[in-house]
Amino acid sequence: MTHSSLDPAAARDARPESFPHAATGALANHQVRANIRHATTSIRRKRAGVVAEVPDWELLRAAGAAIKDETLASLDAVLIELEASIQAAGGTVHWARDAAEANEIVVGLVRAEGAEEVVKVKSLATDEIRLNEALEGAGIRPIETDLAELIVQLAGERPSHLLVPAIHKNRVEIRDLFRERLGRPDLSDDPTELAEAARLHLREAFLRARVAISGANFAAADTGTICVVESEGNGRMCTTLPDVLITVMGIEKAIPRFRDLEVFLQLLPRSSTGERMNPYTSLWTGVCEGDGPHAFHLVLLDAGRTRVLADPAGRPALRCIRCSACINVCPVYRQTGGHAYHSPYAGPIGAILAPQLLGEEGAVASLPFASSLCGACYDVCPVLIDIPSILVHERGKAVARERSGIEGRSLKVLGKAFATRAGYERAQRLGRKLQRPLARDGWIAHFPPGPLGAWGRSRDLPALPAQTFREWWESRDEPA
Amino acid sequence: MTSPREAILARVRASLADTPSAVAVSRTYRLRGERDRAGVIELFVERVRAYEATVVVADDPGAAVASALEAAGARRVGIAPDLDRRLRPPGVELIEDQGLDSRDLDGLDGAVTTCASACAETGTIAIDGGPGQGRRALSLVPDLHVCVVRAEAIVETVPELIAALEPSAREGRPIVLVSGPSATSDIELTRVEGVHGPRRLVVIVAT
Repeated sequence: MTHSSLDPAAARDARPESFPHAATGALANHQVRANIRHATTSIRRKRAGVVAEVPDWELLRAAGAAIKDETLASLDAVLIELEASIQAAGGTVHWARDAAEANEIVVGLVRAEGAEEVVKVKSLATDEIRLNEALEGAGIRPIETDLAELIVQLAGERPSHLLVPAIHKNRVEIRDLFRERLGRPDLSDDPTELAEAARLHLREAFLRARVAISGANFAAADTGTICVVESEGNGRMCTTLPDVLITVMGIEKAIPRFRDLEVFLQLLPRSSTGERMNPYTSLWTGVCEGDGPHAFHLVLLDAGRTRVLADPAGRPALRCIRCSACINVCPVYRQTGGHAYHSPYAGPIGAILAPQLLGEEGAVASLPFASSLCGACYDVCPVLIDIPSILVHERGKAVARERSGIEGRSLKVLGKAFATRAGYERAQRLGRKLQRPLARDGWIAHFPPGPLGAWGRSRDLPALPAQTFREWWESRDEPA
Repeated sequence: MTSPREAILARVRASLADTPSAVAVSRTYRLRGERDRAGVIELFVERVRAYEATVVVADDPGAAVASALEAAGARRVGIAPDLDRRLRPPGVELIEDQGLDSRDLDGLDGAVTTCASACAETGTIAIDGGPGQGRRALSLVPDLHVCVVRAEAIVETVPELIAALEPSAREGRPIVLVSGPSATSDIELTRVEGVHGPRRLVVIVAT
């Protein structure tokens, strides 16, 4: 295995499509847009209902934000304490600076166990580092066990929503997929029947699995307890039945105290699935003799998180508990869906997190512009991330990077020309000549191809008038 | 060469160099509920029922377990070796889990367990491997889970539940919170009961 096959950047660069381009394609897919509209509308209604019944919701949001800020402000100490607690409980802690290192650690652990397949619980961190590709490259078969992740994996697609990765597919499409890929031509499009088909398909995998891989929602430093919330029971299966459990977790998921779960286990389920509590929450502390895996490995992942930490204005993005409430209310996401974002993190939180985490070059650099700054995301965020302000901050960074580009250089020339009255008037006269083939009815009707054309595609520019105000003033007859 | 651990910690410290330590967290939210005992039990029953689970309030939990198993047609049922005698109904083949493998568990019709505590506001039961609860796989693999909850173990709010469970976490015992039967909303966000966990959950509140 070469090092580059573990590197997600290589795969990302193969699709350097900016958000506006990708969105144009997504907007043309009416089926996907209808599916997403239907799904986000229903989950928004549920969320609003269960949030309204909590009398101290705003106090919980403030506490959630404060706990996360407290953690980030002393993240080194929290991580060291977490490591010590897990080691004391019989677990092993690994540290990975980037995606390639994390993938290498996981592949090595699976190989050491001699396993040819692993069962996986839905995990954004492993989506982010493209662990499945690294495992496949090493001849290990990853089996996604979350129903939506299974759908996406069988279809050979990418998730389109943090929480409901197959939100872009409706029941008929899923039925057709299962008929073909699970060899079940008898299936109807009844969701109960489709879920039953997934249960039968995966049960055997759970029973024979020797190694499981999970993400983590929270990790309490004082007790060393990892927390995974889920609905289907696949998370319980993966964290209970296999011999070896490997958890890949971003370093920002640590929380100082077990007690802090009293806040997050209220905020997260109500914000994400719109339930009072998700069906299953698994909490484990290292290994426990006679119950569950006999080996537990935690991989602590940096992969850009310390870079986010270093920018005080962007840092609150690390509070995110991945509930996806902001995605469901976003007017841009609701039109384009998640694939246009080209990152595991879609929607408003993706627009601030992906460029910071995955690097600011290429397609993700356009994400901070994928917003109308309406502020709906801030209103629903359970940890009070001021997403609109961070979007503006990220836009500022993107513009600053562009200063040396064609636009920046052109504006610099214009600035010089406009600095004096003579220069300004000369520029006007020259502009009037140059615009002649382009202007129609007082507007620049079409831009020449090339960089100016790209710049002008989303802008309306009035043509220079035949006579400017100053010219008219000078030429008018003196009043009598 | 610097280890990844040292490198990450150094990056964290460098990132935080100018940051003052954060203010303390103020826990002004509700730390406990205000309902009386009867009110807490009533809320718990209502909230568990909202998840499409079956809830029975019984002063004879043994009899309630027997009728729950009979109603479900469960004949071979797994239990923890230390399950209370009074919760073992006659006429059912009870299999004590002395380290059954996953396939044995898969062959059972159901499992009967107790729980550590429960939360009324969210309709949640908590299992921490204490007496009568068995290991996690017991209440996971079989398709029916009958859980007996002592009425006095039900608290009203999530903070009270977490406080009740913290000692178990400190002892390194795994904990599972269960709120209704296994479910998914992955297909068009339509909630469907039952994917991988037990598709039927019967909660018996012993008063």
